[in-house]
Amino acid sequence: MSINRSYYISFVLIALAVVLAFLLNVSSGSVSIPFGTILAALFGTEMELDSWNYILWNYRVPKAFTAVLVGGGLSLSGLLMQTLFRNPLAGPFVLGISSGASLGAALLLMGFSLLSGFTTISIFNDVSVAIAASAGSFLVLLVVMVVANRIKDTMALLIIGLMFGSITSAIVSVMAYFTSAENLQRFIFWSFGSVGNLSSQQVALLAAIVGLGFILSVGSIKQLNAFLLGENYAQSLGVSLKKSRLVIILGTGLLAGGITAFAGPIAFVGLAVPHLTRQIFDTMEHKILIPAVFLYGAILMLLCDTIAQLPNSANVLPINAITSLVGAPVVIWLLVRKRKLLF
Amino acid sequence: MVGEATKYIKAHELAIGYGKKLVANNINFALGTGELCAIVGVNGIGKSTLMRCLGGLQPKLSGDISISDSDLAALSPSNLAKTLSVVLTEQPASKNLTVQELITLGRQPYTNWIGTLTSQDKKFVEESLDAFLLKELRFKKCHELSDGQLQRVLIARAMAQDTPLILLDEPTTHLDLYHKVEILKLLQRLAHRNKKTIIFTTHEIDLAIQLCDKILILDGKTNPFGTPCELIEQKHFERLFPSEMVEFDAKTGSFKVKK
Repeated sequence: MSINRSYYISFVLIALAVVLAFLLNVSSGSVSIPFGTILAALFGTEMELDSWNYILWNYRVPKAFTAVLVGGGLSLSGLLMQTLFRNPLAGPFVLGISSGASLGAALLLMGFSLLSGFTTISIFNDVSVAIAASAGSFLVLLVVMVVANRIKDTMALLIIGLMFGSITSAIVSVMAYFTSAENLQRFIFWSFGSVGNLSSQQVALLAAIVGLGFILSVGSIKQLNAFLLGENYAQSLGVSLKKSRLVIILGTGLLAGGITAFAGPIAFVGLAVPHLTRQIFDTMEHKILIPAVFLYGAILMLLCDTIAQLPNSANVLPINAITSLVGAPVVIWLLVRKRKLLF
Repeated sequence: MVGEATKYIKAHELAIGYGKKLVANNINFALGTGELCAIVGVNGIGKSTLMRCLGGLQPKLSGDISISDSDLAALSPSNLAKTLSVVLTEQPASKNLTVQELITLGRQPYTNWIGTLTSQDKKFVEESLDAFLLKELRFKKCHELSDGQLQRVLIARAMAQDTPLILLDEPTTHLDLYHKVEILKLLQRLAHRNKKTIIFTTHEIDLAIQLCDKILILDGKTNPFGTPCELIEQKHFERLFPSEMVEFDAKTGSFKVKK
């Protein structure tokens, strides 16, 4: 089809940009390693310094892959929600999935010590936080799915998601008020978000979760396209509303919940990237949008992480702040320029 | 007179409503292939509810709806999508769709799991674009269209779905007289030339009398059904509205305000 062919060039360019952003990301960090050396090392040659080898393969490459998975996955979940909820402002945060993850992490980091009386918690490492956050997000997801089965109106579901967000943040602030400064600090650091500090096994697990979410999205392409007309029209086109809504919500939950568990709550990527993508890929066809949004999200996250690393300095900025600083102006700019945020 | 058995869609002793609330009952009609039928009646009498029932979007309370001699409720969702298409009063959820993308969605019941278009699908989209004079507008976004243009796009989408039956809920609201006539003429041509059975609800009784093959009057009691001439002869239009405000002129087939 002639319309689709014109997107091939865009896809080649955007894939090229992912590779470039990836290279930029792995070649910058607190320790400066020459770009040529990194490039050669990625193609198999050993670097002269063992510490460089260690930094590249055990820290920077897993981090860059995490950034790709986090950025792509969050953006994809944002796209799914905007279509499902027929709302241009929908994103992973609105269904309460991210709030659920925060609640899980907060209960572990702050609530546990409050209840049991322990003050220091050495057993709580990153893995247990990830498990607690996943449990929290899936708990919220389960409740949302039960509600989704009973309520036909997606707008009501959206508001219920927002209410869940308010409830969880209220519980978190109550816990934050009573907890020790040390535990509060741990939670605050988790809530800053980070794509680093994941082992290769954890990255592989994250990849499996994001992969599953991606497969569920691709399997729902036709239903997503039909939802663009509204639920009544979708039904008249032979779409089973309950079943496809469940599959799409499950995919969103896997993507947003899994990612928030490993990388912390990362704002604005899920909301802004689908809108940015539509500036280049001027279509509503999900067959085009799903891969495009994923790649675009990966680029944005790699770049944000590169900025957060503050090249050649030992300081790392919270990635959540960077994505908000990039994302919020983008949404404002889109609104001002187009006067209306369409999806 | 064509026998009842050859009719494409039949409703017998149909009662419609929500849950326990009865909206209308005693609805009987039968339409053959290629017939254009209007449903008229005062606001709130149940026209939209009837459309939603006929379209399988909401269950009936009692009675029978049969299409091609099989029960409507027994059709699977995918078969239903190949049997009837709908044009609703609600706007498409995404106004960012282009005209061509929206019409192409009508081909969904026929495409594979990922929605690949065959040459047959593209042919139907082209024919629909052509029939509703939309070729120049095909790359326009829906939010750039006027009300009349958007209505044509939504009907073209239903045509691309290539179903023997098309249901339209108030396709002429918000349009001026010229565009009302345009839409109804296009529907008439679609019914007669492409042999579609088309049912639509409307408040344009005088236009419906001139253009439709059959009319169903929802009056909350007997719900008369027949050709416009039969209904005029039986003086059913006179009883449609309280007579102190308007009167029906049988000679011209239109309503007059009482002085």
